[in-house]
Parts: sequence; structure tokens; C-alpha cells
Amino acid sequence: MANNSKVQALLGWIDDRFPLTKLWKEQASEYYAPKNLNFWYYFGSLAAVVLVNQIVTGIFLTMNYKPDATLAFASVEYIMRDVPWGWLIRYMHSTGASAFFIVVYLHMVRGLLYGSHKKPRELIWIFGVLIFLCLMAEAFFGYLLPWGQMSYWGAQVIVNLFGAIPLIGQDLAVWIRGDYVIADATLNRFFAFHVIAVPLVLLGLVVAHLIALHEVGSNNPDGIEIKKKKGPDGHPLDGIPFHPYYTVKDLYGVVIFLIVCSIILFFMPDFGGYFLEANNFIPADSLKTPPHIAPVWYFTPFYSILRATTENFVWVLRGGVVIAAVIALVRSRSNKMRGAAIAGAVVLLGALWLFEAKVWGVVLMGASVLIFFALPWLDRSPVKSVRYRGPYFKAALAVYFVSFVILGYLGVQVPTAGRTLLAQICTTLYFLFFLLMPWYTTIDKYKPEPERVTG
Amino acid sequence: MMKQTIAALLAAPLLIAAAPQRAVAAEEMALENAPIDVRDRASLQAGARTFVNYCLNCHSASLMRYSQLTAIGLTEDQIRDSLMFTARKVGEPMAVAMNRAEAKEWFGAAPPDLSVIARSRGADWLYTYLRGFYRDPTTATGWNNAVFPNVGMPHVLWQLQGVRIRKETPLVRDGKPVEENGMPVMQVSYETVTPGTQSPEQYDRTVRDLVNFLVWMGEPQQLKRKEVGIFVLFVLGVLALLTYMLKQEFWKDVH
Amino acid sequence: MSNPSDVNKGRRNIVIGTAAVGGAAGVGAAWPFIDSMNPSERAKAAGAPVEADISKLEPGQMMTVEWRGKPVWILRRTPEMLSTLEKDRPQLADPDSKHAEQPPYIKGDARSIKPEYLVVIGICTHLGCSPNAKPEGDPSMGAGWLGGFLCPCHGSRFDLAGRVFANFPAPDNLPIPPYKYVADAKVVIGEDTKGA
Repeated sequence: MANNSKVQALLGWIDDRFPLTKLWKEQASEYYAPKNLNFWYYFGSLAAVVLVNQIVTGIFLTMNYKPDATLAFASVEYIMRDVPWGWLIRYMHSTGASAFFIVVYLHMVRGLLYGSHKKPRELIWIFGVLIFLCLMAEAFFGYLLPWGQMSYWGAQVIVNLFGAIPLIGQDLAVWIRGDYVIADATLNRFFAFHVIAVPLVLLGLVVAHLIALHEVGSNNPDGIEIKKKKGPDGHPLDGIPFHPYYTVKDLYGVVIFLIVCSIILFFMPDFGGYFLEANNFIPADSLKTPPHIAPVWYFTPFYSILRATTENFVWVLRGGVVIAAVIALVRSRSNKMRGAAIAGAVVLLGALWLFEAKVWGVVLMGASVLIFFALPWLDRSPVKSVRYRGPYFKAALAVYFVSFVILGYLGVQVPTAGRTLLAQICTTLYFLFFLLMPWYTTIDKYKPEPERVTG
Repeated sequence: MMKQTIAALLAAPLLIAAAPQRAVAAEEMALENAPIDVRDRASLQAGARTFVNYCLNCHSASLMRYSQLTAIGLTEDQIRDSLMFTARKVGEPMAVAMNRAEAKEWFGAAPPDLSVIARSRGADWLYTYLRGFYRDPTTATGWNNAVFPNVGMPHVLWQLQGVRIRKETPLVRDGKPVEENGMPVMQVSYETVTPGTQSPEQYDRTVRDLVNFLVWMGEPQQLKRKEVGIFVLFVLGVLALLTYMLKQEFWKDVH
Repeated sequence: MSNPSDVNKGRRNIVIGTAAVGGAAGVGAAWPFIDSMNPSERAKAAGAPVEADISKLEPGQMMTVEWRGKPVWILRRTPEMLSTLEKDRPQLADPDSKHAEQPPYIKGDARSIKPEYLVVIGICTHLGCSPNAKPEGDPSMGAGWLGGFLCPCHGSRFDLAGRVFANFPAPDNLPIPPYKYVADAKVVIGEDTKGA
């Protein structure tokens, strides 16, 4: 048809100047992905959808939001009441924020289940952890913007944590805030970070994450490399082109996801006070602290770890350092290594004696996220997927997930002696999952991996 | 969760305020379930009237415009004639006559803006609070409240509810006084010493209408939100079916 | 085994059907964002009709009232002023206000509901400056000036009914806003009897 040849001519003109068709083929219509991807593989594309949602709704919110301490709270209600469809855009943004964390946590679970962090995908994992860190920063900055009581006091508490750093802490906290307490200056700069600085970094990291993924190819629930078995046409026998198979499958996944999000958004946008906290409907009051400050639900596991680090728990840390030093000594093969182990232990024990528990709480909270970076090297398993791993890893993983959920639950509760003890136990289990991994993944009993995917 | 936490924390000062030899029965602190229905326009209109007549003297609702009240079935003329006392144009927000600094001086704390009070306190809290006032000569206003002890707000609706006093009597079960940790457990009750212009049932209904209005005012778009939601879910349902069929159609080829 | 062309047709139909419903849903999803950029309730409230009390206006005197951020002039015209409106017709670009912005109930040379009171938006139709009043006999306007307005930015002239003179940069007569009389001496600008 005449029209078709015109389109072909236009495409040719573009292709001579920009690798459009080449990109399409390499990244979609001739990018081969394993054919056995399951439910856990929806969450990557869903995370991208939520990112687009946050950016688009964020742009429209910025048209009416006022980043000024005297105007911010009212401007949010102005959006909710006076701007046509403003309520919908606001709820899309607030529901999207919580949905982002649900999707990202499940995406990370997929990683742990199928060994997506293992060679040759370590860099994809590292970009992913960086994205997770940026996401937490983005949520933290964004949460100050409504300027409610939780916004204000949550920010006050977290910035004060930086104040706990020895020597430079107080000055650092003032520098971050731009004032002696959370104030208008803080609000304005957090707005700048939230609206442009962190989103730009996030977008860059997501692109890097996807480039790294496409370089190596997707993992799959059996954890075997499909590129090892190629057909006469050069394509993996167990692979199918991403387009149309996964574009069509992910499209279905997006629609189901939108149904779940719409049920929440349109019928319970507060989600029992977890997605939109009741206390945040009170304008920020620098003179009145709410009786119960808790971070938003997606931060609570890490907040729990922070609160669990009491003076008592620091003794556990001291004990841990000693045990680690003894193990290092026993397994050392040279005097240099023994010396290093003893020196390290002395330094750590000195620091644990010198600095108060508050500091170690911050350290542990940070470590609980940063330790994800080490995962590709802690995991000594010869197989990727949990399907072929042994009982030690399966038990450890189950304990880890349960501890994480319990820590999250404890984070929204008012602390009691019993709850703090439980949080301390779960914190210990959380870290042991990672710290003992080189040992139990070495001694675990593995099953033979299949040659071809099993579905 | 938040409601129980606030109720529990509010119970603490009452326990401390009560004489140390007595423990108070837990029933007093439980928040009653508020029978809210934001689709009931008559109730919302009645609540709007109560709100403007009794609350706007001290409290503002500065994020709410008078003209928004057309959504609950009032015409602009009705709003202008019966509900606007300080504003000049119907598009104006519901500001308060009182100066905020003076209010803080008179009451100890500036009366908070009520635009979104139902979203922070919750309907049950407001319903129980507004029905929980009693006469207390020891406070500055002469009133106290079971849900918010030593609150700075006087009982503005006292003429409707009448004057109640708080009584503590020993709790008795099966003819024997109940004890806890060696101390008698007291049961709290309220007695109306001067009846108001409304019967208890009428007063409950007045408060219910007022709280209904506060809940609506906290999010005036909530009715539209649910309407749009049903439509969106229907469209997404159709799309779910279609995209599933699309997926199945293509994946037929994959074995 | 189904006919390959049937399979293709079936596949094409589902693709088209899904694309159609999806496309419609996409437009439906985009609409709230586009509509959110329309004036908010606050903008509409600020743009609400304005009431003007003309009881104190002397003949020949003009008052200015703000409506939607623009100056609205109310000029009480004397019989002499009204008589100029027929005399200056040959010099006007659009004496019958054929392509002027004015409500349908505004007709004739006087361009007002009551001939005595001109209600007009004081913004030049060229590039938006606000003209100055120039009464009859003002020497800076030259011989034969019957009274009206001069825009200081590019020199456009308007008569005592706000009609633009020919051969000046401004293309149209000054716009007339919707308005109505709620009493003999009270005008509401921004609302007409049909309800603006």
C-alpha cells in the first residue's frame, strides 16, 4: 500500500541517522528472555510503571504545591479540594509511593529466590541496591513536603540521627537542615532534592540497571543460563523474544496491578492510616511533639533495628566482634592475618566502648541496607535458584523473611521491654543471614540443576 | 490503630488525675462507634448548620469554601442567607472571626482549624468527645471532657445537651465490691442535673449530624472518588479480560 | 488444526480490540491531568462577579472597578458625549461593532444597556496596555477630537463608546464584559441576566 511504503521510507530516513530499528530489535523484538518466567518476574516492569506514575503525578502536583512552611499544608488541601481532579492526582502519588515499595521489596525477594545477584549479574544487583537507596532518600525527602506533624517530626528525628555521628554530627545536622531545627529552609531544599535531584539520579540508575541486564540476559526460576544451549538460528533454545511475548504478558500484569491499586486509591486511600497517616492531617507544630512518632510503614524494619540497638544490645555487638576475631584467628594462615584480626578487633571494641548506643543504632540501621551490596560475594552457592539449594539456605531465607516482617511490625508499635527484646533477636537473625552465608552456603547440600528450563 | 493508641494515651492522664487509691474501669475510655453516612444529605445539611452556628465562632475551617456546600444540596442563595455570617462572597473560605493570638491567650491553646479534623482525630473520637463533656468547677471553663481531659474548649453545645456531672461509684458484681490490687474499682457514670433543650436521643442525632458534616468536610470529594472508582474498576475489569485473552493468544505458540 | 489465516485474523482482532479499549482508557486517564490545569475553585472565586455602586457618579465622571484582574471603566456620559457617537462614525474601524467582543444584548452606537452609563473593559485590543481618558478639547489630541481614550503604548484611539479609530494599531473596539443592573444604582460585572 502507498501508505506503508511512505512509513518505510520515513523509517529508513530515521535509521540512517539514529539506530531506531536496531534498538527495537536488540532490546525488544530480538532480545531473548527465558520462557519460564513466573509471577515473581512481573515486579520489574511494575516498578517502571510506578516510577512513570510518580513522575507524571509529581509534575502535576508541583503545578499547585507551595514549598513554603506557611503555605505547604494548605496547598495540599487546595489540591485536594479546589484543583479539578487534584484529589485524584494526589492519591495517585500517595498510593503510588507505597505501591513503589511493595513492588520493589517483592522484586528484591525474586532476586533472593532465584539468585539474580550471582555472577554474572552482580552489577545489576549493585545498581539495584543503589536504586533502593535513592528510593528511600526520595521517599524521605518527599514525606516532609505535606508539612504535617509526622512530616516534621519524622524529619527532625532522622536528621538528628546524623547529629549522632561523633565529632562532626551537630554541624552536619545544621548543614543538612539549613537551620537549627527543621524549618522553611529545610522544606525548600528537600523539595529541590525530591522534585529534580534524586529523580534524575534514579532515572540514570534505572537505565544503567537495564543496560546491565540486557548485556547478560535475564535469569529465570531455574537459575540456569539459557544462552548455554542455543539453536541453529543462534537463539537460546529456552528463550523467546521479549516482544511480543513479554510485552503482552507484562501488559496483563500491569492491568491487574492497576486494579489492586485502584481498589486502594478509590476506596481506602488512607489504608488504615498506613499510606496516609492520621497525624499528618495536623499541620506541623514545632512546639508540640506527637505522642507516637513512627516512620512510614516501608521504613519500619530498618527503624526497628535502630531502636533495638540499646546499651544492652551493644554488649551483643561486642560479643560478636570477639567471636568473629576468634574465628578469624583460628582460620588465619599467616601471622599477618592474625595480626590484622587482632588489630581489627581492638579497634572495633575500642569504638564500641567509646561511642554510645545511639551511634551504633545508626550504624546498624545503615549497615542493614548497605550489607545488600555484599550479597553476590557472601553467597558461595554453586547454584542460583532456591529450587536446587539445600535445607540450610531455605531455612535461613525463611528466617530472614520472617525477621524482616516482624521488625516491620514492631516498628509501628510503641516499644516495650518485650518488644525490644524481640526486635533485638530479629536484628541478630537479620544480620546472621548475611554474615553466616559464606559458611552455610558452602556446607549446604545442593540438587543437580537441569539442562533445560522446567517451567 | 491510631485511634486506640490515642485513646489509650488519653486514658493515662485521667488515671493519674484520679485519686491514686482507685482504679478506673476501662469502659469509660472506649470510643463509641460513630454512625456516619456521608451520603445522607439531610444529615450533612443539619450538621453544616450546627457547625456554622456553634463552631465557627472560635474555630476556622479555612481550607473549606462556602461555595463547596452546594455539593451537599444547598443552593448558593441558601448558603448566603443562612450560613454566611462573616464572609462577603460565597467563594470565600470559612475563616473565623477570632484573632488567633487572642484565642491562644483566652483558651490556653488556639482552637485548631477544623477543615481536616475528622481525618486526624477520626469520626469515633469526635463523636465520643462531643458527647463527653461534663460540669467541672475546678477547670478554667467550668467544663471537662471524658475523652480529652482538661481540654481548653468549653461545652458550646451545653444548652442542647444540658448539664451533666461525673460520678464515681464502686463497681459491684454479684453483690460484692470489685477490687484490683487491693483497691476498689470505681465505675464512672454521668448524671444530667439540668436537662437541655434536646433529649439524649435528639442530642446524639445532632452530634452525629455534626460529625457527619466534619467527616464530609475533611474530604469533600469522597463521594465523587467512590463514583469514579466504580467506573475505573469496571473499565479495568474489561481491560483485564482483553489483555488476558491477548496474552493467551500469543503464548499459544510457546511450549 | 485451525487455518493459519483464521488464527491471524483472530489474533489481529484481539490486538485491535485491546488497543481500542486501552486507547480509550488512556485518553480517559489523561483527561483529569489536562483538566487539572483549568482554573481552580480559588481562581474561579477570585474571578467571581463584582458589584459596583454607581449612585455617586456625576455626569462626565468615570470610575474603575477590578474584575478578573482587569480594569472595568464605568463612565457616566452627558448628552453631549452621547451625541458624539454618531458624529465620529466615519472615522471608526468598526462603527457597528460587528466583530467586537461584547454580549448579545449590547447594541447600537452607545454599546451599553443604559445609554447613559458605558461599562467597558479598559484594556487596549492591540497588546494589552490600559488607555488613558482624553476628554473633548484636550490639546494633545489635535483639532476635532470629540473625547475618548488614547492608548499610551502605540497611540491607538477609542471613542466614548470604546470603539477604535481606523488606521491605528489596535484592531478591535474595547471589549464589553457581561453585566447587569441589580438596582438603579448597582451594577454587577461578570454576570448577566441569563447567568454568566
